[in-house]
Amino acid sequence: MADTLKQVVFRLRRFEPGKDAAPHWEDYRIEATPGMTVLDGLWKVKEQHAPTLAWRSSCRMGICGSCGMLINGRPRLACNTQLTELGTDVIAVGPLPNFGIIKDLVPDLVPMFETHRDLMPYLIREDVKEQDDPTGEYWQSPHELEQYLQFSYCIKCGCCMAACPTVATDPAYAGPMPLGQAHRYNSDTRDGGFAERRKVLEGGRGPWRCHFAGECSQVCPKGVDPAKAIQLMKRDLVVDLLRLHRRRPAAAVAPTPCGKRKDNIPAAPARTAGATAK
Amino acid sequence: MRDRTLWTWHLFAGVVILVFLGLHMTIMHLDGTVRVFNPAPGEPIGWDNVAARMQSWFFAVTYVVLLGAALYHGLYGFRNILLELNPGAGLRRLVNVGLSLAGLALFVFGAWVALAAPGAFARMGG
Repeated sequence: MADTLKQVVFRLRRFEPGKDAAPHWEDYRIEATPGMTVLDGLWKVKEQHAPTLAWRSSCRMGICGSCGMLINGRPRLACNTQLTELGTDVIAVGPLPNFGIIKDLVPDLVPMFETHRDLMPYLIREDVKEQDDPTGEYWQSPHELEQYLQFSYCIKCGCCMAACPTVATDPAYAGPMPLGQAHRYNSDTRDGGFAERRKVLEGGRGPWRCHFAGECSQVCPKGVDPAKAIQLMKRDLVVDLLRLHRRRPAAAVAPTPCGKRKDNIPAAPARTAGATAK
Repeated sequence: MRDRTLWTWHLFAGVVILVFLGLHMTIMHLDGTVRVFNPAPGEPIGWDNVAARMQSWFFAVTYVVLLGAALYHGLYGFRNILLELNPGAGLRRLVNVGLSLAGLALFVFGAWVALAAPGAFARMGG
């Protein structure tokens, strides 16, 4: 059994639609143990004091992006935040700001994901047949991969949206997560969908309202820099408007490497995902 | 007009302002070094030097360009501030049309002053 560290107070923002007129704070005292995260603390509160407490969580290891919350005034992942790193005995936890509240600590992320979908966060190519029944891999150099790699680490937790002052004041602004992901695909050489995404990005929902406060990048639990993505996106769109750069077609399928496989390397598994279902 | 186009013009206007403010600083504060803009003796803001510049068509053109760039840059920024107050569609149109008309009126008036000045100063005998 883990040693008891100290007593801490979890100050939680509670809200039950249909019952509460407005969100309010409630305090719960629990014993903190070494290594305890905010998510562990929430489970303890639920077990010992507030069985109706609601929040989202899943993987417990900073991968799924479900447990984004406002913890002591800063958007963070509850599973990725140790109580000791907060440096206080009072842990205030609320739902992510800039979103509606479904219940207690559960933000309504639907508007964010609708905007995300509108910006087409997937590879757009003309060779539909190749995508349905791939004959190889799309060619991409390590340097080209570097252009978007960090943006692909985004887990869509919404912390950047919660920290963004423009999202807080301008409902038309798409926000750092969808814009960062649009740039992630625009800068992928395998993608040919820039013109499609441009139809959305060149209007009022695009990156033009970004004040470059940079808070999105500060709070990102995965070290992604959406503020940089937005500035790069502005550059790409302006360069495109001025016709200073001709966009290349989407990368072609790489030729199958020839030569004999080394004996000690096992063969690749048979293709999955539809290609074998003939 | 699409936001991308407006924002690109905003960038260009910023560059123009940067260049012409540099020229302004040079004229006002490097008058001991660069005398070409201040041909008369005395301060750069003295009557003789102001009159000399106002009679110059080069300055008339720079004033008009700077006026247009500064008006566009400033009013575009002001528009962004107003639009972030989240007005409805009607109010939004009012902001766009109102600021466009205000900018156009100020530009016409300012450009008229700048372009009429050389002739006026010439009639006054410099």
